[in-house]
Amino acid sequence: MATVELRFSAQPEHVRTARLVAAAVARRAGVEEAVLDEVRLAVGEACSRAVGLHRSHGITAPVRVVLAEEEKTFSIEVGDEVPTSGAGSTAASADGGAATEDTDAEGEDEMGLAVISGLVDDVEVSTTEYGGVIRMSWPATSVVATTP
Amino acid sequence: MDLSLSTRNVSGPGGDRTVVEVGGEIDVYTAPKLREQLVELVNDGSYHLVVDMEGVDFLDSTGLGVLVGGLKRVRAHEGSLRLVCNQERILKIFRITGLTKVFPIHTTVDEAVAATD
Repeated sequence: MATVELRFSAQPEHVRTARLVAAAVARRAGVEEAVLDEVRLAVGEACSRAVGLHRSHGITAPVRVVLAEEEKTFSIEVGDEVPTSGAGSTAASADGGAATEDTDAEGEDEMGLAVISGLVDDVEVSTTEYGGVIRMSWPATSVVATTP
Repeated sequence: MDLSLSTRNVSGPGGDRTVVEVGGEIDVYTAPKLREQLVELVNDGSYHLVVDMEGVDFLDSTGLGVLVGGLKRVRAHEGSLRLVCNQERILKIFRITGLTKVFPIHTTVDEAVAATD
């Protein structure tokens, strides 16, 4: 089981890097070429969402992406450090911010999740007191290790 | 690849249209530039927009949000926002989010400019 872990500061410009790394690792793991676009888009959505959450909550910790190559699957976990504090957590960003921008951000956040669930068959979204995780996986035909 | 934007005015049977040619990647980092461009056009009185997405390599939900925002703005002035796109991977994103029902999507800029309804 090969794992690549990536941590990046919650800046929008780094989301592209996460997409490129995820696509490269997915290709190596044997994910079909036709599915790579979906992997790229899904990981981008998950990272954009995490970046948005960190920024709106003033969290300086990095966003975490774990890419795991397993026997027959390739999985990606994108973790944020925004804890859930009950049902009102999504409204936490409303303090003092421009109301319209917050509404836009929440709308985009929901659209991001809609895109992920439309694209990926195997997806789990979980939130704990430490933060949220989006876990996605795709079938992969394990590439036989070859010596260079 | 960064986002590239260029605009030009074209006359169609329904009046003047502003074609916004977009290239590169529209994501959480670059989408604000597209948003600014659309807002600026509407503020300058261009209410009939054609967004040519043939040169777009990547589009995510942030980009969709900007396009929906643009549509809201032009509609407030009884305008229109039409898209030009033939790329299956981009069209798929509009399909899974149900936005194919919201945006008129054309195969060529000429067709979009000629459309009236």
